[in-house]
Amino acid sequence: MELLLLREMRCVNLEKKWVFKKLFASREISLLLVLVILCMFFQYRNSSFLSVQTIIDMLKNYSTTMILSLGMMCVLLIGGIDISIGSTVAFSGMCSALLMRDGILSSTFLSFVVSILIGLACGFIIGLVITKGKVLPIITTLGFMNIIRGITYLVSNSQWVSAYQIPESFKKFAQESYLTFGQINNMIAITAVCYIIFFIIMKWTRLGRKIYAIGSNPEAALISGIKINRVRLFVYSLMGALCGLAGALWVSVYASAQGDMATGIEMDVIASCVLGGVSLSGGRGSVVGVFLGGLTMAIISKALPLIGISAYWQSMIKGAVIILAIIMNVVTQRVIAKNHQKLREA
Amino acid sequence: MKRVLSLLLGMVMMAALMTGCSGNDSKDTEVTKTSSSESVSNQDSGATSGRTFAIVVRSAGNPYAEKEASGFREVIEEAGGTCIIKYPESATVEGQITMINELVAQNVDAIAIASNDYDALQPALEAAMKAGIKVSSVDSNVNADSRMTFVNQAGVDEIGQTLMDAVYDIAGGEGQWAILSATSQAANQNSWIESMKSIMTEDKYLDLELAEIAYGDDEYQKSVDETQALLQKYPGLKVICAPTTVGIMAAAKVVKDQGLAGTVKVTGLGLPSEMADYIGDDEESPTPYMFLWNPIDVGRLSAYTSIALVNGDITGAAGETFIAGDMGEYEIIESDDGGTEVIVGPPYKFDSSNIDEWKDVY
Amino acid sequence: MTTKTVRIIDATKKKSLKQFLLRWESFLILIFILVNIMNSIISTNYLSVSGLFLATSSFVEKAFIALPMAYVLILGEIDISVGSTVALSAVILSISYNAGIPMGICIIICLLIGALCGFINGFILTKFTELAPMIVTLGTMILYRGIAEAILESNASGGLNSVSWFSKLYWGTIGPVPYMLIIFIIMAIIFGVVLHKTTFGRRLYAIGSNRIMAAYAGIHVQGTRLFVYTLTGTFSAVTAIFLAARMGSSRSNIALGYEMEAISMVVLGGISSAGGKGNFPGTVIAIFIVGFLRYGLGLINVHSQVMSVVIGALLIIAVMLPNIKPQKVLH
Repeated sequence: MELLLLREMRCVNLEKKWVFKKLFASREISLLLVLVILCMFFQYRNSSFLSVQTIIDMLKNYSTTMILSLGMMCVLLIGGIDISIGSTVAFSGMCSALLMRDGILSSTFLSFVVSILIGLACGFIIGLVITKGKVLPIITTLGFMNIIRGITYLVSNSQWVSAYQIPESFKKFAQESYLTFGQINNMIAITAVCYIIFFIIMKWTRLGRKIYAIGSNPEAALISGIKINRVRLFVYSLMGALCGLAGALWVSVYASAQGDMATGIEMDVIASCVLGGVSLSGGRGSVVGVFLGGLTMAIISKALPLIGISAYWQSMIKGAVIILAIIMNVVTQRVIAKNHQKLREA
Repeated sequence: MKRVLSLLLGMVMMAALMTGCSGNDSKDTEVTKTSSSESVSNQDSGATSGRTFAIVVRSAGNPYAEKEASGFREVIEEAGGTCIIKYPESATVEGQITMINELVAQNVDAIAIASNDYDALQPALEAAMKAGIKVSSVDSNVNADSRMTFVNQAGVDEIGQTLMDAVYDIAGGEGQWAILSATSQAANQNSWIESMKSIMTEDKYLDLELAEIAYGDDEYQKSVDETQALLQKYPGLKVICAPTTVGIMAAAKVVKDQGLAGTVKVTGLGLPSEMADYIGDDEESPTPYMFLWNPIDVGRLSAYTSIALVNGDITGAAGETFIAGDMGEYEIIESDDGGTEVIVGPPYKFDSSNIDEWKDVY
Repeated sequence: MTTKTVRIIDATKKKSLKQFLLRWESFLILIFILVNIMNSIISTNYLSVSGLFLATSSFVEKAFIALPMAYVLILGEIDISVGSTVALSAVILSISYNAGIPMGICIIICLLIGALCGFINGFILTKFTELAPMIVTLGTMILYRGIAEAILESNASGGLNSVSWFSKLYWGTIGPVPYMLIIFIIMAIIFGVVLHKTTFGRRLYAIGSNRIMAAYAGIHVQGTRLFVYTLTGTFSAVTAIFLAARMGSSRSNIALGYEMEAISMVVLGGISSAGGKGNFPGTVIAIFIVGFLRYGLGLINVHSQVMSVVIGALLIIAVMLPNIKPQKVLH
């Protein structure tokens, strides 16, 4: 009798704890909580933080990083990495800026298409070297980071493309909201659309499932018939295309193109993904997580100057946040694994 | 065997790539020999031709530096010399030290350097001077022991006064204003800001309040972020003064985009080509007027100074004079840090009346 | 997640000349000779003895990081925080000196800080073994440089030149040979011998090939990893010392990109970043190749961007070539 009672009690206990643990064990929800706390903190320190203007500014400035985070998420999910994205952004943006400067392109839409295509080409080449050349992604993208950046300078002859050399319509694109009939700013609209598309792909299409599969266990994926190299090539090309999109957006926002633009953006993007719970060894991560991670990075970067923290402390805080986030990642994973184990052993 | 062949093939490809790079990109290697000696110059072209003059700018891809270097090259080549231009990959001092070493190894005759650090280049430049190379700084100074003289764009106090007067005028005599500078270690910006601060203590400027000095690091995105932060923190801001071409462009763009050009104005030092869109007298334009000097002229004077040093016309001591081609006669004066300098001229004002003619020049 | 190739330990492998020529190191020596030939063709003042030694001083200080980085890559891991460690150590060196501490002690403090940075990396990685080294070192990269920025706030901390023996560390020479080069060669020999002739070196290869098996074989995996990361940090501090001696000052934005340079040097040297493969002489030759190539190109004033294109292309082609042809010889 007692034994049975004891067992029931244990089950009830486990269930209660399970609800709590589930709350904190969900990566996305804990991230959301952190985000809310951060917002409240910043709002308390500087009451202009949560104003519409600030939020729109922030989203506009970080829309490029957030779009790139989507591509990086896919790359990280299949167990690869791409640190050349800054150079690809610069190259594609610079090319379409140069074409606009020389009068060859005047339609905003075409400029975007050209930029995306150039980015796609870069990503495709990188993907080829990784899959056919069998070079490790870190090495490939390290080399291409230098190569593409160098080509950017050469192509532009080390000059900038200034505001008056870019057509009005293109410059206006980042400020207007005509894509959504005047409701939401264009940049934010594009970011939102990208996120929705990726969410659908990753959750509900076969392609998304394949990406997760390759990341979790490449050997098993290979045996089960997934064409790994083809998916890899696709993912890197997609990353390149997103870089192209980001490049055109960048030129539009800043109304100029410089050879050194987007330097160092790859670290911010990887950090957003990591904050969002994407695992670097592949197979773990979600679009929602990346969204929240990117938002957190954006808020930290935007809010720190506003509450009077000297610019020189920002990197340090960012670095500390990233390290804490990844440790939290691991701890959460361990807790989940333990729970599962307990459930099995119970 | 196949493997060796493929390795050799790779080597040949690489060699071809490298030769191709050094051969075709003549505009990038910047080692151009002119054979003509029928150039017009007030120097003894016999003594100048065959000599090599080098200029090291602050970083690659900066339009201001490009214009400076082009002015330098124009004068040197006209005088029959060989011109080398070195662009450090980023605005750091390590790259510049390596480049100075490389120039010393090439036995150049003169080095003109726009430095990224006031003191750190001293060992390298002293070694260069010991090797007989004539060292002068241009645009961004080095300490007195590292140079023979300094080619300064415009007098520090003159720039400070001009900018301060501009702020006073645009703000209508009173109100809040802010400075958006380059990096916090940039020698020129810091000396101009110091000058402005001391001028500000005069009675005339008592009603102007300097809210903050922000640093955009001469990076476009950072300058944009800093401008937005300024606008947010100080809603009563009337003027943003940006004594750097990157900063003023970023600030003007932000002000215009946010539709604040009616209440906040931007002035400072800017390149006409970049600011053409933003200069105007109406409510839509954030910048009524701004200042600069011609960086091409700065480069040209630097070239003439180097030539004069190499020819022995001057030694860099205060009080000496020399003729800088068609730019006229210049006198070397003492500068605040114990060394000497040569000043190009007063700052030039750009407003809606002349911006169109200048935006294509530089 | 690459499938590991099986290593056949063939004790009776004949050491034929052909075998020797087909090794990666011979390829590298070939490239090295070609680079030097090319350099002497394109610039007349290249082939002077003093000039060549002077050339080494432009890259040897970075090469100190490549030595322990080789160990890290053999372990199958990566450390991209080295540049920031260099910056932080150099900054602390300068401010200690300017606070009145004698230079000798400052150097020791600098080394300790470097070791500490490396230790933190190793500690986090060994306590949370699920974490990928890339991410942890990414975080510490941003953190360390951030600390350096917070301390110096982009001022420079200088005056180091007033201690003459300190400047001599970088600028001093015995005859035409710089001190730094001598120290580097001694260090390189020590690293190479440890890697190839001691059990510690064998352990590194074992952990790199198959970490789980190495643990079962009784190798103290986590301890070894911790040691290697601390070593990397310490040698970053060594680079910081030489860099500070070169400039007589330091600021928070020095040593940008050093991690990528070091990794390029090591990978070019034949050490696969998947771990467990490669050997040391290759690394040293690769260091000299990259260094002399840069110097030679700089002598003809090639644009620095063209240079980065060339070096990037060199890296990729060099690593890709052996993969295109089917591997008949198992290293």
